[in-house]
Amino acid sequence: MNDIKVIVEKCVGCGLCIKACPYVAISLVDKKAVINEKCTLCGACVDACKRYQAIVITRTTFSGQKVAAYSGIAVLAEHRHDRLSSIVPEIIGAAKVLQKTLNKKLSAILVGKNVKHMAGEIISYGVDEVWMIDNPKIDDFAEDVHASLVTDILLEKKPEIFLGGGTVMGRSLLPRVAARLLTGLTADCTELEMDPEAMILKQTRPAFGGNIMATILCKNHRPQMATVRHKVMKPAKKADDGHEGKIVEMDYIDIPDSQVEVLEFVKEDTNTVNIADADFIVSGGRGLRDPKNFKLIEELAQALGGAVGASRAAVDADWIPYSHQVGQTGKTVNPKIYIACGISGAIQHLAGMKSSDIIIAINNDPNAPIFDVAHYGIVGDLFEVVPELVKQIKGK
Amino acid sequence: MKIIVCIKQVPDTTNVKINPETNTLVREGVESIINPFDMYAIEEAVRLKEKYEGTVTALSMGPPQVESALRESVSLGVDEIYLLSDRAFAGADTLATAYTLAAGINNLEGADVVLMGKQAIDGDTGQVGPGVAENLGLPHITDVRKIEEIDGNGYMTVQRLLEDGYVRLKVKLPAVLTVVKEINEPRMPSLKGKMRAKSKEMKVWTAADLDIDKERIGLSGSPTWVTKIFTPPKPKGGKIFQGETRDTVSELLDELVKGGIPIKRGGGK
Repeated sequence: MNDIKVIVEKCVGCGLCIKACPYVAISLVDKKAVINEKCTLCGACVDACKRYQAIVITRTTFSGQKVAAYSGIAVLAEHRHDRLSSIVPEIIGAAKVLQKTLNKKLSAILVGKNVKHMAGEIISYGVDEVWMIDNPKIDDFAEDVHASLVTDILLEKKPEIFLGGGTVMGRSLLPRVAARLLTGLTADCTELEMDPEAMILKQTRPAFGGNIMATILCKNHRPQMATVRHKVMKPAKKADDGHEGKIVEMDYIDIPDSQVEVLEFVKEDTNTVNIADADFIVSGGRGLRDPKNFKLIEELAQALGGAVGASRAAVDADWIPYSHQVGQTGKTVNPKIYIACGISGAIQHLAGMKSSDIIIAINNDPNAPIFDVAHYGIVGDLFEVVPELVKQIKGK
Repeated sequence: MKIIVCIKQVPDTTNVKINPETNTLVREGVESIINPFDMYAIEEAVRLKEKYEGTVTALSMGPPQVESALRESVSLGVDEIYLLSDRAFAGADTLATAYTLAAGINNLEGADVVLMGKQAIDGDTGQVGPGVAENLGLPHITDVRKIEEIDGNGYMTVQRLLEDGYVRLKVKLPAVLTVVKEINEPRMPSLKGKMRAKSKEMKVWTAADLDIDKERIGLSGSPTWVTKIFTPPKPKGGKIFQGETRDTVSELLDELVKGGIPIKRGGGK
């Protein structure tokens, strides 16, 4: 039976577990930790009590796959509109770091219609094998078909690690695959590392809106699956002298019919909308005061070749569509540079952009919380600062 | 039409503050709320009911105090509420949670539409929706920003938000949908709804009430284990520029260029 227990003799009443518990499920009674029914057995307190080892979780797990039968690393080669998604080199980059410790084959799963021409590019990033199904029946957006074929390939090839993108597609497809294979899946990882002794994948991800980080293992089930947050991992570079790799066609696998009919794809102006993919994001908030002032933000974004983001306040006021919203109820972004203009920096907004490489805040209130996370800040009137930035960047 | 909306009770991270000295979360007085994304799922379920007739059932898994979240959903227009609650469910990761919720949905003899928010704000995984669909053998569509219509033959047309636009999809019901904020603007609870919420009977199901494999629920049904939880490093104090706009902007750009940041600066001096 699974349970969590405080070993009363070992508990010193230090309260570290209380601080660590995300669910307010521990209190001190007579200077001993007591765990109440709010506990979700998440294990945060066990980690916090490493020193005294006074909290233990006993657990059994349902019997999984034969771990020893699984070997190597596989990545999902996501693609759309005849091109590999920009996250693919990042996943391969992360996989290659793992490969250094694991020292096993690195493969990619490539499924779709007219995808063969992408296989060479995948190999050039340092992939050893491309497991491919190229069939005109497989629509880009027929995710159920993709999920089914990816599952079949994994069942046959048995990699011990399978990584996908933390993209809309990846985060929809991989949970389905994991549920079919009955294995673990960790969402939106920002760090992946091999435990060099146990040879298990350590998967680290933010939770609670980025306020805490959790490291997660999948010990007894295979493949160990994770989606990788976009723009975090260092992308693999194409080998100059070419990399030897082979294409394994798996077209003997039956293609199921999709239960979803794709009517149309409607592209939005990617230059300023696609904040998931942008290296530079300029975001506007309540400080803009009027929807027409988003023009300033757009001008700066264009000068930098970046995308336009927005705070929830600006989206809720209907100043700009939801697809631009950065934050807890919008998108999580990871650009090289994030410029927040007239955004005070509520915790929900920070959750969506805190891990950007460089954060620049422009705000007239020197006490705005955005300055606490900013690497650089200008205290000033954005209506002066932003146009001046555009002017100096353009060099007029 | 039968609509089931799966909801989760989460700590209200809106009120979470970081203790600047210890760099840990301050959780005192943090209230529990319905996961914000699930509020949009509830609203959409109620709108579907109003448009196409039917019932909305809210289903949740969690400890007994989740009752307050389910009651709140009644005040927003939900008809029936069910809670899956058992110590044996505790510690479930997304695989075990999806399995358990699907068993609950099966106990309710299925639905035409299963709705939930795109992810919960505590775990931020978004994995339970697709997992529930897989367990039920139904198609799923994530990140739905609009339900256009349900036609007479039981096909639903939706718009799904993507990074670079959206895609219009048509799916035969039953199906599982996860929704984004853009889909609607949730209503406020009505006075009548609040009264109803108080008196509404809530059914609680334990593991024994569900047709499940006991190995596959809670901690024992969870392949993933959390081994470490830590607070991300506190950002170092940034460089703040104040003064004449032209100077501050110029100093900032100089600093960025010095730091090797690829900002192209045009011809001027």
